[in-house]
Amino acid sequence: MNLSLTSFARRVTLLVLALALGLSAPAAAQRATLLNVSYDPTREFYRDFNAAFSAVWKEKTGVTVDIKQSHGGAAKQARSVIDGLEADVVTLALAYDIDEIAARTKLMPADWQSRLPHNSSPYTSTIVFLVRKGNPKAIRDWDDLVRPDVQIITPNPKTSGGARWNYLAAWAYSLKKDLGDLSKLNDPAAKAEVDAAQARARDFVTRIFRNVPVLDSGARGSTTTFVQRGIGDVFISWENEAFLAIEELGPDKFELVVPSLSILAEPPVTLIDGNARKHGTVEIAQAYLEYLYSPTGQRLAAKHFYRPVSPEHADPEDIERFVKTELVTIEQVFGGWQKAQADHFNDGGLFDQIYVPSR
Amino acid sequence: MSLRLRQHSVLPGFGLTLGITLLYLALIVLIPLSGVAIKTFELTWQDFVANLTSPRVIASFRITFVVAGLAALINAIFGLTTAWVLERYAFPGKRIIDAFVDLPFALPTAVAGIALTAIYAPNGLIGKHLDAIGIKAAYSPLGILIALTFIGLPFVVRTVQPVIADLDAEIEEAAASLGATRFHTFRRVLLPALWPALLTGVALSFARALGEYGSVVFISGNMPMKTEIVPLLIVTKLEQYDYAGATALALVMLGASFILLLVINVLQWWARQRHA
Repeated sequence: MNLSLTSFARRVTLLVLALALGLSAPAAAQRATLLNVSYDPTREFYRDFNAAFSAVWKEKTGVTVDIKQSHGGAAKQARSVIDGLEADVVTLALAYDIDEIAARTKLMPADWQSRLPHNSSPYTSTIVFLVRKGNPKAIRDWDDLVRPDVQIITPNPKTSGGARWNYLAAWAYSLKKDLGDLSKLNDPAAKAEVDAAQARARDFVTRIFRNVPVLDSGARGSTTTFVQRGIGDVFISWENEAFLAIEELGPDKFELVVPSLSILAEPPVTLIDGNARKHGTVEIAQAYLEYLYSPTGQRLAAKHFYRPVSPEHADPEDIERFVKTELVTIEQVFGGWQKAQADHFNDGGLFDQIYVPSR
Repeated sequence: MSLRLRQHSVLPGFGLTLGITLLYLALIVLIPLSGVAIKTFELTWQDFVANLTSPRVIASFRITFVVAGLAALINAIFGLTTAWVLERYAFPGKRIIDAFVDLPFALPTAVAGIALTAIYAPNGLIGKHLDAIGIKAAYSPLGILIALTFIGLPFVVRTVQPVIADLDAEIEEAAASLGATRFHTFRRVLLPALWPALLTGVALSFARALGEYGSVVFISGNMPMKTEIVPLLIVTKLEQYDYAGATALALVMLGASFILLLVINVLQWWARQRHA
């Protein structure tokens, strides 16, 4: 009797607890937080995109998503995630930085880039030139950058992910100009020709960097040097950054020059599985990334000067701003980021050799 | 031993305060710094040496130490003058000028760097005049010197000031009345008394300049072999995820700073002995 009474009391307590939990559970699920760790120039885009996604998600599931953004230099951001910043998704400037996260933290599989369409890059950009109004030095293409009277502003490729695209774009231009057809790069029969072209590309890029008077550590620093300090005749920049600079600093001061060949810059996005699982946000984070590919996501990307992968969803006048030019990829010319990084940007790599004093 | 130490203290709580001090130093200083040393052990000795002897690293060590040393010397001269003026003369606005001296302490160094670059760039307020006579201030070693002098100034002024305040003006008058020239008074009477404090100030200013990053990266132009400082190279290595390489450079900076501070301490001790 005594025993059954206590067990009854225990059951009642459990029931009450369960009810309380059951009632509070949906209330707790009404809110969710997502941390998106991104790089610098996406600030304005993600502000709009996050608002759009939150509204859609709230309508669909009744859950209010609070999306926190973190912006900074791409490698610095990647390092924060490696060191334990619990991002649910990262949206960075280049795949190499995300590869490092995958390799060092094991929070997601190494083949993360094949999980979403278009190499996990819902929007792309390219490398263009920003010149002073009226283009006083008549800069039209990469060849003009090696002229001794031209001063070039670019960030340091060793500290800035964006600047690595600049450097590789120049390299790719020289190769293409020499070889005519980039498929020769993978043709063993053309090895001698390719080697000669690579040597000339190295010389070409060296001459470009000889014209660089200031190597800022990041893209925003370079923008300041070019725009505020008035140094340099041409600023090599991401297309979206160049548009932003023109929009914010006045179309009467600068103009955009698109070279005849440039590189397809693919800033990839990915879920950080381990973190999202821990936070219970896998479903939202996945939907968030997929929404980047939706008509709304594509339209917003184009509005913020990124080239959308599905241009049919964007406003036609936004698309018109993008000049058509030949774009090559990292895979096509450099055999992927890991190889490009090892050959060009690691210590003692080709970039460092530009600055080795000539004997 | 602890009993004997305890007897020196009038105030109670020696054990407790010593314990807190040690714990505090360990948490804030010793453990993070030993992390630097431990991370370096990931490198083999050959890698370690190769890391430190590449031409670019050597060039950056040279520029960092030479310019930091020059900045400390400039601060020694002008910091001493400033401290002297602030302590020995009364003039309107003295309090405000005194407060200005601390600004480099308080200002975020990035702000200082951007402000100095804006002024010394070829299109800046001072920079354009320098440019006209062919002197490149920002984006040259001179720019680094300007930034390092700026951040180091308060160290000299603030360490020398109290010593000047304690100096009796009567001693100078006595020296003068005994027939010493002004220079002689300065050299034989004032300088020996100021020497230890001045050395401390210069050492602090130098050590601070060695590690400065925030302001220099804006004004230096960051050109490899020319205006690239060691802290920037450390960051560069980190951007390549070369943690061990970065800490190798950090360890050398740490060791160099430590040895320099030690040397200065010995000099100070020696100066005090000789003076006494």
